[in-house]
Amino acid sequence: MEWVSDEVKVILFFKVSIYTLDMQLIDGSPQSIKSYLATLSPVDQVGAEARASMLATRSIKTTSKAWAIDCAISMIDLTTLEGSDTDGKVKAICNKAVRPDPTDPTVPHVGAICVYNDMVEVARKHLDSIGGKDIPVAAVSTGFPSGRASREVKKQDTLDALNAGATEIDMVIDRGAFLSGNLEKVFSEIVYIKELCGDRAHLKVILETGELVTLDNVRKASFLAMAAGADFIKTSTGKISPAATPPVVLVMLEAVRDFYAMTGVRIGVKPAGGIRNTKDAIKQLVLVNETAGPEWLTPKLFRIGASALLNDLLMQRMKLRDGHYQGPNYVTLD
Amino acid sequence: MTFEYAPAPESTSIVNISDEYGLFINGKFVAPKNGKTFTTINPATEAVLAKIAYAEAADVDKAVAAARVAYVKVWSKISPQERGKYLFRIARIMQERSREFAVLESLDNGKPIRESRDVDVPLAANHFFYHAGWADKLKFAGVGDNPKPLGVAGQIIPWNFPLLMLAWKVAPALAAGNTVVLKPAETTPLTALLFAQVCQQAGLPAGVVNIITGDGKTGSLLVNHPDINKIAFTGSTAVGKGIARAVAGSKKSVTLELGGKAANIVFEDAPIDETIEGIVNGIFFNQGHVCCAGSRLLVQENIHEEILEKLKHRMSQIRVGDPLDKNTDLGAINSASQLARIKSLSDAGDEEGAQRWSPECALPSKGFWFPPTIFTGVTQAHRIAREEIFGPVLSVITFRTPQEAIEKANNTPYGLSAGIWTDKGSRILWTAKHLKAGVIWANTFNKFDPASPFGGYKESGWGREGGRHGLSAYLKGGN
Amino acid sequence: MTRIDVKKTYKLYIGGAFPRSESGRTYEINDSNGEFIANPAQASRKDLRDAVLAARTSLPGWSGATAFNRGQILYRVAEMMESRSGQFIDEICALEGVTKTVAKKQIEESIDTWVWYSGWCDKISAIAGSTNPVSGPFYNFTTPESMGVIGVFAAQKPSLLGLVQALAPVLAGGNTAVVVTSQKFPLPAISLSEVLATSDVPGGVVNILTGKTNELAPWMASHMDVDGLDISGLSKDVETQTRIEGTENLKRIHRFPDGNSPQRILAFMEDKTVWHPVGI
Repeated sequence: MEWVSDEVKVILFFKVSIYTLDMQLIDGSPQSIKSYLATLSPVDQVGAEARASMLATRSIKTTSKAWAIDCAISMIDLTTLEGSDTDGKVKAICNKAVRPDPTDPTVPHVGAICVYNDMVEVARKHLDSIGGKDIPVAAVSTGFPSGRASREVKKQDTLDALNAGATEIDMVIDRGAFLSGNLEKVFSEIVYIKELCGDRAHLKVILETGELVTLDNVRKASFLAMAAGADFIKTSTGKISPAATPPVVLVMLEAVRDFYAMTGVRIGVKPAGGIRNTKDAIKQLVLVNETAGPEWLTPKLFRIGASALLNDLLMQRMKLRDGHYQGPNYVTLD
Repeated sequence: MTFEYAPAPESTSIVNISDEYGLFINGKFVAPKNGKTFTTINPATEAVLAKIAYAEAADVDKAVAAARVAYVKVWSKISPQERGKYLFRIARIMQERSREFAVLESLDNGKPIRESRDVDVPLAANHFFYHAGWADKLKFAGVGDNPKPLGVAGQIIPWNFPLLMLAWKVAPALAAGNTVVLKPAETTPLTALLFAQVCQQAGLPAGVVNIITGDGKTGSLLVNHPDINKIAFTGSTAVGKGIARAVAGSKKSVTLELGGKAANIVFEDAPIDETIEGIVNGIFFNQGHVCCAGSRLLVQENIHEEILEKLKHRMSQIRVGDPLDKNTDLGAINSASQLARIKSLSDAGDEEGAQRWSPECALPSKGFWFPPTIFTGVTQAHRIAREEIFGPVLSVITFRTPQEAIEKANNTPYGLSAGIWTDKGSRILWTAKHLKAGVIWANTFNKFDPASPFGGYKESGWGREGGRHGLSAYLKGGN
Repeated sequence: MTRIDVKKTYKLYIGGAFPRSESGRTYEINDSNGEFIANPAQASRKDLRDAVLAARTSLPGWSGATAFNRGQILYRVAEMMESRSGQFIDEICALEGVTKTVAKKQIEESIDTWVWYSGWCDKISAIAGSTNPVSGPFYNFTTPESMGVIGVFAAQKPSLLGLVQALAPVLAGGNTAVVVTSQKFPLPAISLSEVLATSDVPGGVVNILTGKTNELAPWMASHMDVDGLDISGLSKDVETQTRIEGTENLKRIHRFPDGNSPQRILAFMEDKTVWHPVGI
């Protein structure tokens, strides 16, 4: 707990104690975390994969497909996280976010824009200037993507984003700490960043499931993040493969469902990475619908971190509207 | 927001159902001697699908004679490798025509297209592929250096997995060098008759496979036919006992795959979400028309409530309806008489004081339907805990210790299958060792494979099907 | 004055004890010259019932013992028989009217049969079991396990060898047995029970009934707690009826040719197949 100021400890205690109706109190100590996680049921990988692939056979056609496409568009965290990002690039995706299909005003805007913290201000200002005031800007934080930085750096990283107008913080967990068993470090870091976010921003906690490897770890990390105050749990940075595979998302959706049953609090889920086409996106929505439940089918509780996906959704949308297949020159490349 | 799935029906244009089907004897479709027919219907709509020939004594004689001639003159003469190549051909043609088989199976049986497409048909083709390779390797099958076929096999199969059960019977019989007379179930003859066309396309010598359609009387004529060397039957324990009595003292060898009342045992440390899936798959797969269905859920008492809550939640997502809809999870009950049996046993559950629960679900007005159902407060003494319901009805029973779970699980005349759910390896092996059942699924359920022997202890039958063990049932000197 | 022999009272062997028949009945056994030898018990259906219960009760212990342990115990039976071979030779000579050489050969073969099956106990599942390469992320194996309580109608003659050839494979597979001896030549079977009682075979694992074969056959065949029958010693004229009665609980019923074979063990074993996912 050396990371946590006394002030934060009090808040942590308060925050956590609302979750203690049906479970043990987590005071951040190794013992409390251990006993909290010990109550979790294990995950059988083969069974979870079988369930995910069964749900992948759902055939979503006609009106339900149209609905799902618009739903998916509204859930996209339109993302650019490149070393080569520039003001121009960020402005371009902001335009796309507000009006994904310039020829069709019935297309909903996306869920958010997701950028590095130095691009937050550009994005915020541009969105505000083009009618995208209600599109939040999310910033990746805490030494994204590896998380290998000092607490001070992580703090500054987060504060920079907040001060520039980010209303969503996508932090990464310290996977090294998680895998070495230092769960209290992972926990207290989330608590710390959550405290920095305060009322200013929602906190998405990136588990980087590709590095946690096992579904047992995914479930454990999900519960750890939720107990520490995550508003969202997010699969991946997009820099590691595999990323948002259906079994991983399934297990995270089960986790938020179970956490809701325990605490009455609904935590969001954000798969990111590897969701490139409409089919994949609809599979994700089916997973949500039949796992966490239809209550999660809102951008408030489900986001898809993606970039190329949006154009495929738009092409499929045009196909449904016009009755013929689309070509990439009929959607905008940004 | 609600996410409604629009109807996604599989097209039926791929199948071409004739108005009328003859008997497949000696490589050709022939009319039954007395010209009698019966109809087969789509259980989801009650619409008539086709008129089917009804085989009587003269027809059975003719089929058995054709099989005998084919055995003596052709099938026992050709080299084992060539024999195997015919089976490979059949497997390939079944793969090529798999969608056609799947649609036809769902039409005739009522099972969801997702299951016929993803389970029944691929497994059936795999069975032929697997056994094809055995044909020229029989001396390594563990029944001596020079194993011999039995001769003509009479095979009677049920309606729950019409094509798959055909494959389970025909593939090992042919691989071992026998010829067959197969009788599909009265309510589900169509995929067997399509299989007859596959035999023709494969150029299988006439008479090696003969398919006669009819009811229990036709089956009985086959069982009692003096020129049959082997009877293989899958169906109810009552009928199986009748067959055993009928052939007692004769030289016919017999394999029986009969009923079950499997315990699906859930320990407190089970992987809960996968366990729930396993419970659902265990009892609602194929509308519960599965001899090895996990129809008795034995739950450790300390997680009983959590399991029930999650199970009910999961059951409320089961999509009941049109078997041809790709999103259907639970299709139609196969026949009016089976529906009546399910209803009557469920009513007995009510009368004996168990609590019935089903999720809200709208059932179609035409056809035969039963909602996914669980009974709680069930004890070992209830009829629904002892008798095979063969429908989507689960009886939930609690236990306190592993020993008690074993006692309850084994406390049945059946012994076909069982399930174990726990994260603890040593407990899996301990439980598996003590269960009196032929197939045990640990942390999974209702998995099948041609390489895996299947069959039961006690009143669940005689012998095994599948794998090396199943093959020996079609060879002299096998058990 | 010549000493008066102390003759043996031949009794049943049930649950490790030597009771008389509850019916109080005995029947007369003569030697090959028609001279009286003994009055063994004539077991009743209730004795059979008690024997089945004893066999069922002892089943968990015997089937749960390690295969290696069972092998040692069967070998111990061979040792004990060898040390008593004189007694068996006398009984066989008297009953079957064969020469001492022939009788000696029978006892030697019987002892060797025990030795042969003793060695099978911890090998049969390696020979008959399998790991099955299923398509999918599952580990799948099949292993033969004991079937349960097996009723044995031993060959009428050779009375000792026929019995041992039937009984040893049943025990090697981990089953317990209820044996109906040769009706005419039951004495070696009773002596065998004395051997069993003084080897390490737990009481109840083998139960031996003397009496009228055809009187006991229908009760054995219809008993719902008997899992299998070796009817090698049953006459053909009652075979069909026995098989029919055995269908009530689908007993596994087998008749074997003379001789020893692993198939005789496997006939009274059940193949159990276990699936488990392979994952991380």
